Amino acid sequence: MIEIKDFIKEIETEIEEIELGTLKPETEFRKLETWSSMHALIILAMVDTNHDVTLTGEELRNCVTIQDLYNLVKSKKA
Amino acid sequence: MAQFTSSNVSIKGIAACVPKNTESNNDYTHIDEDERKLLIKTTGIEYRRVVKKGVTGSDVCYEAGEKLIADLGWNKNEIELLVYVSQSKDYFAPSTATILQDRLGLPKSTIAFDSSLGCSGYVYGLSMISAYMNMTKIKKAILLVGDISTFALTPLDKSTYPLFGDAGTATALEYDENASSMHYSLGTDGSGYDAIILPGGCLRSPYDEEMYKMVEVEKGITRSKGNVWLKGLDVFTFSVTVVPPSLKELMAYANQTPDSIDYFVMHQANLLMNETIRKKLKIAPEKVPYSLRDFGNTSSASIPLTIVTQLADEINSLNTDKTFMFSGFGVGLSWASVIVKSSKIHISKLVEI
Repeated sequence: MIEIKDFIKEIETEIEEIELGTLKPETEFRKLETWSSMHALIILAMVDTNHDVTLTGEELRNCVTIQDLYNLVKSKKA
Repeated sequence: MAQFTSSNVSIKGIAACVPKNTESNNDYTHIDEDERKLLIKTTGIEYRRVVKKGVTGSDVCYEAGEKLIADLGWNKNEIELLVYVSQSKDYFAPSTATILQDRLGLPKSTIAFDSSLGCSGYVYGLSMISAYMNMTKIKKAILLVGDISTFALTPLDKSTYPLFGDAGTATALEYDENASSMHYSLGTDGSGYDAIILPGGCLRSPYDEEMYKMVEVEKGITRSKGNVWLKGLDVFTFSVTVVPPSLKELMAYANQTPDSIDYFVMHQANLLMNETIRKKLKIAPEKVPYSLRDFGNTSSASIPLTIVTQLADEINSLNTDKTFMFSGFGVGLSWASVIVKSSKIHISKLVEI
């Protein structure tokens, strides 16, 4: 599994509305001004394509911060 | 049942009909401009065809059926099997297939019945026709597949309204002992029955004065029991988890590989989901046509509509056999895929009413 800083870069690249360098591990992503429910779908697709991990909607809903999301993907990959 | 093979049936032609009336997601003002742009980019859906009130699935399928029968020059008296696959029937009772038998002028010896399936319905319909033709040795059959999804949508629900369009299709099949085999994979997971659901109006939740009461469930999503409810993330997870492995197994069963498939026509759900599936299967993008941009998600009609609108010229000019893989997945939850070889499928020009 890649480092969290690279995971953040993947998200920032995939979601054009989020500028590079904006996200931190502690960022609560749903509270971002530019956040839309469509971004949840984009994150599911990105995690699936780049990491071969399929998250459920429920799992994603339980993540608050980027760190939570990273930990979840890492644990499912293991 | 995992995979199985049917023989002796060939697809002779495919036609589709859509309403002329077009709606653009660029005009969908229930969400702001940034979200609208993101929605169009992510779903790949820009335009949708929407029927006028009162037009049914059987109306659009009838038009497609007439066009196809005329194009093929078929004698209607030889068509003795009609299957109507749809989740938007004309009446609770009788079945819509019986109405279509009469309206199309098919003989009274016709076997006609409905099947209530959505996204997976086209491939299911092909398998039902194949089974009946092998049982009966009926020479000619017509499969009518389509949905009017827009009747149950409200613009107040951003998670459904911008996605769906209306369409009806017709596929002609013939009993032919020289036909190439068709290799199928069908499956079901009813535990996800409420991932895509139109809850009100049937026996589990009959019509009452509450049925059309609008309830806000979250920002941008206000709906009633008379509307389609969609759990987008759950459908996404289901589709990318179940569909790629089932297609890999089907390809192995049919001695095919991602490289040997010439055309992979998927149910048109949304671009992000379909592309995730395509990438997992490692099928080249040029083999995977989309009608999403112009027609949206057309439910059961999406595979034949994509063939008619995106592949007509190529298929009509084929002179060697090509390998097609069709895959439908969604409401049910239900999925169905087929691999078939052919060079002689007549694709009719799109009918617009």
